[in-house]
Amino acid sequence: MRDVRGDFPLLKRRVRGGRELVYLDSAATSQRPHVVLNAVDEFETLHNGAVQRGAHLLAEEATEAFEGARDAVARFVGAREPREIVWTGNATAALNLVANGIGNASAGIGGSEAARFALKPGDSIVITQAEHHANIVPWQQLAVRTGATLKWIEVDADGVPRLEQLDTVVDDSTRVLAFGHASNVTGVVNDVAAFVARAREVGALTVLDACQSVPHMPVDFSVLGVDFAAFSGHKMLGPTGIGALWGRAELLDALPPSIFGGGTVQTVTLEQTTWHPAPTRFEAGSQPVAQAIGLGAAARYLSELGMGEVFAHERALGQRMRQAVAELDGVRLLGPVDAPHGVLGLAAFSVDGVHPHDVGQVLDDAGIAVRVGHHCAQPLHRHFGVTGSSRASAHVYTTDADVDAFIAGLERVIEFFGVTA
Amino acid sequence: MSDLERMYQQVILDHSREAHGRGLRDLASAAVGESHQVNTTCGDEVTLRIGLDGDTVADLAWEGQGCSISQASVSVLNDLVVGESVERVDELFEAFKALMHNKGEPLDEEREDLLGDATAFTGVGKYPARIKCALLGWMALRDSVAQARGADHG
Repeated sequence: MRDVRGDFPLLKRRVRGGRELVYLDSAATSQRPHVVLNAVDEFETLHNGAVQRGAHLLAEEATEAFEGARDAVARFVGAREPREIVWTGNATAALNLVANGIGNASAGIGGSEAARFALKPGDSIVITQAEHHANIVPWQQLAVRTGATLKWIEVDADGVPRLEQLDTVVDDSTRVLAFGHASNVTGVVNDVAAFVARAREVGALTVLDACQSVPHMPVDFSVLGVDFAAFSGHKMLGPTGIGALWGRAELLDALPPSIFGGGTVQTVTLEQTTWHPAPTRFEAGSQPVAQAIGLGAAARYLSELGMGEVFAHERALGQRMRQAVAELDGVRLLGPVDAPHGVLGLAAFSVDGVHPHDVGQVLDDAGIAVRVGHHCAQPLHRHFGVTGSSRASAHVYTTDADVDAFIAGLERVIEFFGVTA
Repeated sequence: MSDLERMYQQVILDHSREAHGRGLRDLASAAVGESHQVNTTCGDEVTLRIGLDGDTVADLAWEGQGCSISQASVSVLNDLVVGESVERVDELFEAFKALMHNKGEPLDEEREDLLGDATAFTGVGKYPARIKCALLGWMALRDSVAQARGADHG
């Protein structure tokens, strides 16, 4: 992959007494390249107008840019048509859109076409123990609303979902199977095909949390064969405040909306309302237009780099980080060094007797930015027997020099706190 | 000395390794108050129990888990407040809070003398994200004193 450092102005920043920034917190949020910053700026400066309404030039230009971004993102994730991409505020909102849509269908909203989604007592929703809270809490609440039961697939010693439990936990009562494409703690890429095959056997819908996969590896939702997938903009070099739900068009056209308002309705009588097809039925009120355009620019930028090359670049960096962490005395890697379907460019770890905040503080003093805490995955951390961890994560702009600095920083942490194995 | 070394003073590292007063136990004082405080951003927690005899802090016991700053801070306050009057504890609390919001600079001589070992936390004031860690035990202290006084009067 070509050297992209120069594309990211923020990486030139100096921190903590003039040190070079070593940014290893991309799994939390990524930095943005010039093309994304410029796309947002150009739209706001030259083309801002109300999208999909109005007959003037700016409205036309804004609509074209907004829908052009949808088209770029749709192609980036293998959508069959652009309207399979629904803009949301973030990935959490996308997962909630599916869960709340199912909840509304269960309450009789959306008419006969939505009945296929309805849940009732006796039905089950299945997740895994490795999920981010955003792919746990909406399903817990949906179970409360509908009387369905929430079940989960446990993880093995490496924190990876036990595929053999697909045959026991997923059964004829299962209506929804929600799981992550790749873990934000271990970085392990899941065997999506195994989940999809089992869900099809029992007729369950599949919902994929693709937040950690879409920014870092080639992803084609149509080929993966899932029914819905959520991802966020700010982790894939795009702006904050924008995410997307991808869904198969026939499902999106039947799923009831959960935010009701202007722009979503086809006909309204005093007795009832019918909604537009997707994506319009879900995009109530004014939309994050500049952010969507920024995300479109990010998708084009990543496509030009080539996601296969991006994944190879980051996998190698991740492998180095995990190997180094695993070999250090007094440091424990959470998850495996390698896995059959690949591991993302990240390493989560705990240092014996040293709290993650203290680890992060010493690294920060050397200009190294990592994530500390439970990374919104408390059940998985509990499984590892820790309340939190530190996590270093890479993106397209991460270099071997960053990894060298990280390893040296970790050695300093051990020395500073006098860790003995 | 770097900002980092100024924050992690030896006093703090020593207290975090061997914390004073750790271990919750029943207190025999006339009025007992207890407070549980959690820093929701990192999950650090402290449960602190205080025993008052009249207006004097007669006894203190605590348990907690978290970073070196939060745990050392409770250990240091344990040494500072046992045997002191409630009025003095209020002064200590206000002085420590002022120190945390002083951006890493020392306070005036009078309050520095009052705080003693707690002045080791001066450098924490340079790191906004860590001020809450240092204050966690002090919030529990103030709340448990209020609880104990309420119990006394009720």
